[in-house]
Amino acid sequence: MKNKEAGMTLIVKTITRLTVGLILIYGIYIVLRGHISPGGGFAGGVIIALSFIHLILAYGKDKVIKKINESRGVLFASVGALLYLLIANAGFRGVSISGHNADYKVFGAGIIPLYDIAAAILVGACLLVIFSALALLVGKKEGK
Amino acid sequence: MSLYFLCFILFCVGLYCVLRKRNIIKIIIGLGIIEYAVNLFLVLIGYRIHGRAPILAADQEILNMVDPIPQAIVLTTIVIGLAVIAVAVSLAIRIYEKYDTFDITKIRRLKG
Amino acid sequence: MICASIVAVEIKDLISSVIALSAVGLGLSLAFLILKAPNLAITQLVVEILCVIILIRATINRDLPLVKDGRWLFNTIATFLFISCFLGFAYFALRELPLFGSPAMRVSSEYIAHGLEQTGSTNLVTAIALNYRSLDALAEAAILFAAMVAVLAITRKVGKIHEK
Repeated sequence: MKNKEAGMTLIVKTITRLTVGLILIYGIYIVLRGHISPGGGFAGGVIIALSFIHLILAYGKDKVIKKINESRGVLFASVGALLYLLIANAGFRGVSISGHNADYKVFGAGIIPLYDIAAAILVGACLLVIFSALALLVGKKEGK
Repeated sequence: MSLYFLCFILFCVGLYCVLRKRNIIKIIIGLGIIEYAVNLFLVLIGYRIHGRAPILAADQEILNMVDPIPQAIVLTTIVIGLAVIAVAVSLAIRIYEKYDTFDITKIRRLKG
Repeated sequence: MICASIVAVEIKDLISSVIALSAVGLGLSLAFLILKAPNLAITQLVVEILCVIILIRATINRDLPLVKDGRWLFNTIATFLFISCFLGFAYFALRELPLFGSPAMRVSSEYIAHGLEQTGSTNLVTAIALNYRSLDALAEAAILFAAMVAVLAITRKVGKIHEK
């Protein structure tokens, strides 16, 4: 019986090493071009979370969660939520950054890219913390 | 009209699963089916025959578009459905740790 | 999609029903593409993956199929009566809707006409969801944050054992 703590087989580990960076960059690409082509902040945030979850699934939870532990994930989620509130507050006070005629530039549409980035950070961090909490809980039951 | 009715039949399949099954994971699966049916119904309402996707192109004058407001609402609803399923699954795992079964007729003590 | 959902409901093996649920989700994403909603297709596909991962994480070791019935006849008849009443009311209510394919876009025509020059983004769905109706996005962020805190609170190891 193979030892189960080592994660998955060698083929999965090699492919994971190659594709995790691509998934992360693809997620950032979808977030930044949220106002030009389909996608938006929420889907991009989920893709960013999926890249880290791919790491956790392929390499076993004990080695990876030491580096991406829960407190750091909660810190990121709080940063995202605070950024969100900051932008919404600025909208309330009447500070309006409106853009005219984007012409497919990334930074032309005013407040929407800022919202996108904050939403992506928030969604990604929240889903990552939820998954690692569930993974750690299952792991504790096995250990009993 | 028949498309709306098929969407409601999907909703009723999920409803039957929530009402009649005894396994907690089956109930959560039924909840997921209900959520898919509701999202589909909301997007079906705003469809226009021979309409185009609501994204403006570079140098085209697009006259008829599908309704973009239900799509904007469903965009947030999909992610919220995921959060609900995640909390329900964590509750189910906790119940299994305490009672050692997933059967809902055997989980009776409220004091815990 | 309906066939896959019936398979997901009736089959006794837990992992097979989770896989059938993912088939329903894939069918839904294709339906979103046919209904000309590419934003939603991307989001639904990615969220479906995460949902299936979380569900399989819960059932990977507890694959117990259980079938035990008590008071089966009364429960089934009551459920079917309820569902047929619900479908009957739905039929009468669905007649009032406008015909499929010609929605009454009273507010949307304003958004489509002035969307580009007021917000500067060509993706109208994102412009509506994050600029015209951005309070909905704020509420969704709040719900996600509350869900994360709830999961952390539920899975916290209670008691006097060693560190968490």
